[in-house]
Amino acid sequence: MIEIKNIVKQYNGVPVINNLNLTVNDGEFVVLIGPSGCGKTTTLKMINRLIEADSGDILINGKSIHELNGEKLRRNIGYVIQQIGLFPNMTVEENICVVPKLLKWSKEEMNQRTHELLELVHMPYEENAKKYPNELSGGQQQRVGVLRALAAKPPVILMDEPFGALDPITRDTLQDEVKALQKSLGITIIFVTHDMDEAIKMGDRIIFMDKGVIQQDAAPEEMLRHPANEIVRNFMGKHSAAYRSQGEDMTCESLMKKRVYMTTENRKTLECIEMMSHREVDSLVVTDEAHHFKGVVTIDMLKSEGVAGESVGKVMRTDYPTVHLKDEARKAFDWLTKTNLPYVLVVDDENVVKGIITKTSMSKALASVVWGDQG
Amino acid sequence: MSVNVILEHLSVVVAAICLTLLIGLPFGIFAYFNKTFKVFIFKVTDVLQTIPSLALLGIIMIFLGGNKLTVIVGLFLYSLLPVVRNTYTGLSGIDPAVKEAAKGMGMSKMYQLIHVELPIAFPVIFTGIRIAVINQISAAVFGTFVGGGGLGTVIYRGMANMNMKLILFGTGSLMVMAVFFDTLMGFIEKRLYARTR
Repeated sequence: MIEIKNIVKQYNGVPVINNLNLTVNDGEFVVLIGPSGCGKTTTLKMINRLIEADSGDILINGKSIHELNGEKLRRNIGYVIQQIGLFPNMTVEENICVVPKLLKWSKEEMNQRTHELLELVHMPYEENAKKYPNELSGGQQQRVGVLRALAAKPPVILMDEPFGALDPITRDTLQDEVKALQKSLGITIIFVTHDMDEAIKMGDRIIFMDKGVIQQDAAPEEMLRHPANEIVRNFMGKHSAAYRSQGEDMTCESLMKKRVYMTTENRKTLECIEMMSHREVDSLVVTDEAHHFKGVVTIDMLKSEGVAGESVGKVMRTDYPTVHLKDEARKAFDWLTKTNLPYVLVVDDENVVKGIITKTSMSKALASVVWGDQG
Repeated sequence: MSVNVILEHLSVVVAAICLTLLIGLPFGIFAYFNKTFKVFIFKVTDVLQTIPSLALLGIIMIFLGGNKLTVIVGLFLYSLLPVVRNTYTGLSGIDPAVKEAAKGMGMSKMYQLIHVELPIAFPVIFTGIRIAVINQISAAVFGTFVGGGGLGTVIYRGMANMNMKLILFGTGSLMVMAVFFDTLMGFIEKRLYARTR
C-alpha cells in the first residue's frame, strides 16, 4: 500500500502540489491524469524520490520512503519513462538486468530472469537478448523498458507516459500487454498519462489532477458518468459525451415514435375494430378527451371479450406499462424484453400520452450505438 | 640511428598522451559535474592553446631545464584542450532520458558514471584523444629546441646543413606516423560510434 500524506511542493514559490493525499492499494492500477502542469508527473517522481517533496510524507507498506536512501529505494520501485531511456551501450539482456545487477543477483539468476521476462512479451531470448537497443523497433524498445522495470520483481511500478511516443497500433498492443502483466503478476502500477482513452482502458481507478490538487478520484465509468466538476468534464470532453450516447443518458423521449393511434374510452368496440383494420394495426391506445392515458385495447381482446355496442373502456387493459418522457431508454428496453409486449407507452407528468416505443425503435437505437448514427 | 630517432619521437608522444589522459579525463569529468570548474578549466586550456608551442616549451624549460620531461609537459599542456573539452562534451551530450533512467533504476552517481555515462561518451572522448595524438606528433618536433630529441632534431640538422635528404626523411617519417595513427584511430572511432548511434 502506498500512502501519500499532505504532500506540498513548490518551485520558486509557485505551488505545484497542494497538500496532496492519496492512498493506492496493493495490486491496483491507478492512473494519474490531467492537463500539462497539473502536477501528475511531479507526484509520480516524488514516490521514488527523483523529486523531493517540501513537506508531507509518503509511506510504502507503512514505511516512510525516507527510511532508505534514494538509490536503495529506487531499486525496489520499477520505473518506466516515455523516452524509454534504454542504455545504448548495453545489450537487451544487460539492460533488463540493470537492477538485479545492482542488487547483486547471481549470473544464473539474472540469465534465468531474462529468459522469463522476454518470454512474457514474446521476444525470443535467442533472437533478442544479445541485440543492442538501436537494433530494436520503438515498440520492442519500450517492451524492454517495461521488462527492465519488472526485472527485480518490485511490488510497485511507476510509469510516466510510457506509450506516449509510440504509434497508435503499437501503443494499443503494449497497453494490452502491460494490463495483462499487471493483472497476472498482481503488481501495483501508478501510471501517468494525459490521454483519456488510455486512462479509461488501463485504470482501475483514475485520479484527475489540476493545479496540484486532486479534482476527482474515481473508477473510469464513474468519472465518465459523473465528472466531479467543470474542469474534469471539459478535459474528458468527447469521452463523456460518447459515453452518454451509449445508452446511459438516452431518454425515452429521444427514441419514441410520436405517432400513436388513439381512441377515447367511450368509443364502441366495432368502431375500434374498424379503425384498426383501416390503419392496419392490431391495437389502440385508449385515452380520455384530453389524451390522458387510460389503457390499451388489442384486436384479440375485442374478439374474445368484446360485446358489440359496448364501449372499449370496459374491455381495455389498464395495467399496461408506461414510461416517462425523461426516463432512461433502458427502462423501456427492460419492459419490452421482460414482458414480450409489442410496445410501451411514453407519457408526460400529467399522464398524457406522448408516444410509443416499439421493439423496432429500440433496435434502431441500439444499432446507432453499435454502428454509429445512421439517422 | 634513424629507427631510434623515430622511436624516441614516439616515446615522447606516448608519455605525453598518458599524462594528458591521466589528468585531462578527470578534469573533463569534474567539469561535467561542476560548472564553476568547467568555466575555469575551459579558460585555462583556451589560453594554453593560444601560446605558440615553441614559446610554451621555452617557458617550461626555464622551470624544468632542457630535457625530455620539458617536452612531455609541454605537449601535455598543449593537448589538454581537446581531451578535456571532448570528455565534457561527450558526457553532457548524453540523452537526458538515459540519465533519468539510470537514476530511476537506483544507480549511484559513481556507478552511473562508470557503467553508463563514460561508455556512452567514450566515442566522443576518443575523438578528442585522436586529435591530441595527431597534434602531439607534429608539435613534438619543437622538442629539439629544448633538448628533447626526436624527429625535430633530424629536420633541424637537415635545415642547418641544407641537406634535403635529412629534411625529407624527418618530414616523411612524421607524415607517415601521423597518417598511420590518424587512420588507425579513425577506424576505431567509426566502430565505436556504430554501436551508440
